[in-house]
Amino acid sequence: MKKILLLMVAVLLVASTAFAGKKYVVSVTQIVEHPALDAMRDGVADRLKEKGIDFTYNVHNAQNNMANNTQIVSQIIGEQPDVIVAIATPGAQACAQKIHDRPIVFTGVTDPVTAGLVKDLKNSGGRNITGMSDFSPLDKQVALIREIVPNVKTIGIIYNSGEPNSVPNLKALKEEAAKLGINVEEATISNSSGVYQAAKSLVGRCDVIYVGTDNTVVSAIESAVKVCEDNRLPLIVADVDSVARGAIAAVAVDYYKMGLQTGDMVARILVDGAKPGDMPVEFLNDLNLHVNLKAAQAMGVTLPQSVVDRAVKVIR
Amino acid sequence: MTLYAFFGAIEQGFAYGLMVIGVYLTFRVLDFPDLTVDGSLPLGAAVSAVAITSGYSPLLSIFMAAGAGFLAGMVTGVLNTKFKILHLLASILTMIALYSINLRIMGRPNMALLGQDTVVDWFNGFTGMLPQHSTPLLFGLICFAVVFVLIWFLHTELGLAFLATGDNAQMITSQGVNTDNIIIFGVGLSNALVAASGALVAQNQGAADVNMGVGSIVAGLASVIIGETVFGDKTITRALIAALLGSVLYRIAIGLALGLKLGSFAITPSDLNLITAILVVFALVMPKMKRQFLAGRSK
Repeated sequence: MKKILLLMVAVLLVASTAFAGKKYVVSVTQIVEHPALDAMRDGVADRLKEKGIDFTYNVHNAQNNMANNTQIVSQIIGEQPDVIVAIATPGAQACAQKIHDRPIVFTGVTDPVTAGLVKDLKNSGGRNITGMSDFSPLDKQVALIREIVPNVKTIGIIYNSGEPNSVPNLKALKEEAAKLGINVEEATISNSSGVYQAAKSLVGRCDVIYVGTDNTVVSAIESAVKVCEDNRLPLIVADVDSVARGAIAAVAVDYYKMGLQTGDMVARILVDGAKPGDMPVEFLNDLNLHVNLKAAQAMGVTLPQSVVDRAVKVIR
Repeated sequence: MTLYAFFGAIEQGFAYGLMVIGVYLTFRVLDFPDLTVDGSLPLGAAVSAVAITSGYSPLLSIFMAAGAGFLAGMVTGVLNTKFKILHLLASILTMIALYSINLRIMGRPNMALLGQDTVVDWFNGFTGMLPQHSTPLLFGLICFAVVFVLIWFLHTELGLAFLATGDNAQMITSQGVNTDNIIIFGVGLSNALVAASGALVAQNQGAADVNMGVGSIVAGLASVIIGETVFGDKTITRALIAALLGSVLYRIAIGLALGLKLGSFAITPSDLNLITAILVVFALVMPKMKRQFLAGRSK
């Protein structure tokens, strides 16, 4: 009897792995609806599908409310997911605080060390968490600025001092600029309606205006475009969507590709049994260059042919 | 709604419970619509986070947060009573000022508490229960303790003057009480509770964030109204407990909205704000419907 039972169990086990495959549960927490964040969310799912992984994708969105954000964590625990994908800093922090027995893969977090998610970028100190940083490579941004505005002495930056992403970006920009003997002039805002004023305040104080991956400024980038066109001041940004909206150029993270790469990390945990604690934080090294020739003309800049040739997308 | 989500909703309800009681004190007792809340909640979180990361005990940090909240509330009170600025505007001014102050306090927009000891960790370690059970228990105990202290306070002479100020300022002035001072103290007390709530929330979610106050006042008012509708407000004791339980009901409603699936009709995550608004409208209309229903039956 025992033998028959054992045999049945064995057959069942083999059958379940051979024919059915495991159906995984992947729970996602996203802080707000936003094109970049949505692209990452879709990228993760698309990569998992490409790999033929069978999974249910439970997506939660906190509508930019921190209280909902924490409540979503309880919802996720209830779903008993195999992996949690946390998009952007606040969601990742709430998950890291509450969930210790399941792998968490964050993505779109600019500075995971300062956010307290990992001890350092090499490993998460044996914890159940790893992921991807969307830190803007400021050296590449500054190099692009120097290519387009060769005799740049001062870079003006507009940012929201209340955005966790923007503060480390500014610090990195200053470090990079200092190496090259370039000054940085700051204009801070606290909401989108301040962008116009902030851009105006930089006129005459800088040779080029730079806007990083700052959600508040980017949401009102048209105001900065207008000021720059009126004063023939070049505007260079760090996200490709703003190029279509009137900025001259951006060398930027492609958030969809970032989602795909995050999907790879999730797949390694699900299928290969990788431990998040052993996985270093990953970056996206494959950056996209977009340029806008019309904007360049309006802002009194001639784009070097080398830049135009490198661009993935040229808006004429 | 899973059991985890249910306990999570209770936990959030109590974490924001002190804030709701604070909102109740200003909005209903003092008749002072106070938007300082959206700034004093992250203020409490910021003070608590900075205190904890500089080595103070997490428990002490809650009292420091409450102190900071009290000062913030006093500023609103002084702007209103001494400088004769409309209460709504006075509180909005304090709220926007607090945004910059909170950034100053933390020195950055988001301060992580991950890996730091918090009161939540202490209590979880102390009870040995599962965190999803012990955390709501801890916050519930704190809230009820504060409610009982408030009930005692509101029956003292000062407390009675406080209750009367919102009801009939003229009467209380004729009794020789300075209503200005009562309002300054009252708004301060309310924001002390709100900031203490912010400290609890930060310790619970692992970070203080300068944007975490957005929408607090809406949640606070909704909770007060839901509480009144469901549990009644005949006596002050009942009203305070109703406000606290209203906070829990509000979060349970949000929890239901977060996990809502109606057959083939798919609610997407982006519908959450709409559902929240519908829930609040429903709570607002309920008392009227209840009255009409009762009136219809008695005929």
